[in-house]
Formats: sequence, structure tokens, C-alpha cells
Amino acid sequence: MITPSEYFSKRHPLAFPKWQKATIGIAGAGGLGSNLAISLARAGVGILIIADFDFVSLENLNRQQFSLSQVGQPKVDALAANIRCFNPFIQLTLHNTKVIPANIAELFGSADILIEALDNASQKEMLISNWLELFPDKPIIGASGLAGYGGSEEIKIRHYGNLHLVGDFYSELQQDISPIAPRVAIVANMQANLALEILASLP
Amino acid sequence: MCDQTFMVNEHILPWKEGLVISDALTLMNYTFKMLVIKLNGDLVKKDSYDTTPIPPNADVKVIHLISGG
Repeated sequence: MITPSEYFSKRHPLAFPKWQKATIGIAGAGGLGSNLAISLARAGVGILIIADFDFVSLENLNRQQFSLSQVGQPKVDALAANIRCFNPFIQLTLHNTKVIPANIAELFGSADILIEALDNASQKEMLISNWLELFPDKPIIGASGLAGYGGSEEIKIRHYGNLHLVGDFYSELQQDISPIAPRVAIVANMQANLALEILASLP
Repeated sequence: MCDQTFMVNEHILPWKEGLVISDALTLMNYTFKMLVIKLNGDLVKKDSYDTTPIPPNADVKVIHLISGG
């Protein structure tokens, strides 16, 4: 039997208590969401709210943190199972549903920060604009421009008040070519890292 | 007296009476569709681009969202 104090050893004395008390919303459990959720869970964020309507498919395995045996499962359930393999103390709230304007407040209203981890630009726009309207004082961290490979030094963060965006801001997806694992994981982890930074800076 | 200006994504443009947000997109030759626009730090809703006036010295941020995730 592992105790929380055994599990959460050697943590940052100032930041970790804030992460433990925090709730982070994650809209999307694909390439971005699965990678960043795992990092946030390892870092010790207390509560993750994860919403995605999709099911794991074979073609997701090129970049998303799922295994062959999970093909066909709801992504939120598969991701939760994977997270619980290494962090038994995290609280996960899962929604196997599509994020739409009408349910954003209900799904993510209790979150301190929302992370946009959707794949389609129109969905990104929908989520970000609705969040800024609903919760102008709560941060949202999005992603824009992550297709392809290489060019790691071009990935950056832009800040627009409470809207923060990570990406290279120009790489468009090419027809029938998925995003590629390292660049998706870099952007996802920069989103996660920024979320931790924002939480740690709160009083 | 200096002409009045406004900024779009750090580019300085001449300001004139009657400018609205959609004019800024035209002036910048922006054609992308998936956008979030902030005017002096506040969100401008998509259905208000044609009616939201740009005040002098405004700071307009046009944020282009690209698919992929």
C-alpha cells in the first residue's frame, strides 16, 4: 500500500501545494490532450476534468497516448486508465461528450484554467471565444500550428491577456497527413508547463 | 498635429472615423477564417466584426487558429 506522502515525495515546496489544490479542464483527449494530461497528472495536479466525444482508433496511435488494446474504447476512459496506472491519487472527472457552446460552463466551470486540446480550427475558435466570454478572468491555453516535424525552435508562446497560445503559428495540416508525435508532444507539454507556471504564480 | 493611428498585430495603420473591425482585416489583407480578435484586450465576438468601431490608438490583436492536435 502506497501512501500519498510516499508517492508525492521530492516535490517543489511552494508550487506543488498549489498544483494539488488546482483543477484543470482539458477539452480534447487526442494528441494534445492525452500528452498534456499525463504530464499534469505526473506533476501532481489535484483534479483534471477531461472531455472528448471520440473513441480510440488505430490511426490515433501515431501520436496519442493510447495502446493497441485500447482501440475502440472512449478516449476519456482509456486516458483515465493510463493515468491511474501511475497516479492513483489524482481525481479525474470524465465527460464522453462533444464540447459545444451550450455545455462549456457546465463541463469546465469549476476549472481554474482551461486547456484547449482540440484538433479542428473551428472548434478551437468556438472554445476560446466562448471561454473568454464566459470566464474573462480565467486563463485558457490553446495551441495553433504544430503540423510536421523539425523546427522545434520555432515553437513559442504568445500571450493575449488571459489567452495564451502555443505553436509555430503557421504550420497547416496537409491532406491525409496526421500531426507527428514529437511536435504534438512538445506543444502539449509546453501547454502543460505554462498551466503549472500560471498556477504556481497565483497567490 | 499628428495623424491618429491604431495597431493591428503590432502594425501601425492610419486611423479614420468609422473604421470597424472587419476593415482592419481588409486593410491587413487577412483572409483566414478561424480567428479570435481582441480589441484593447477585450474579445470581439464574430458576429460583431462589422459593427464594432475601432477607436483611435486601439490595439487590435487578430489571432489565427490553425488545425492540428
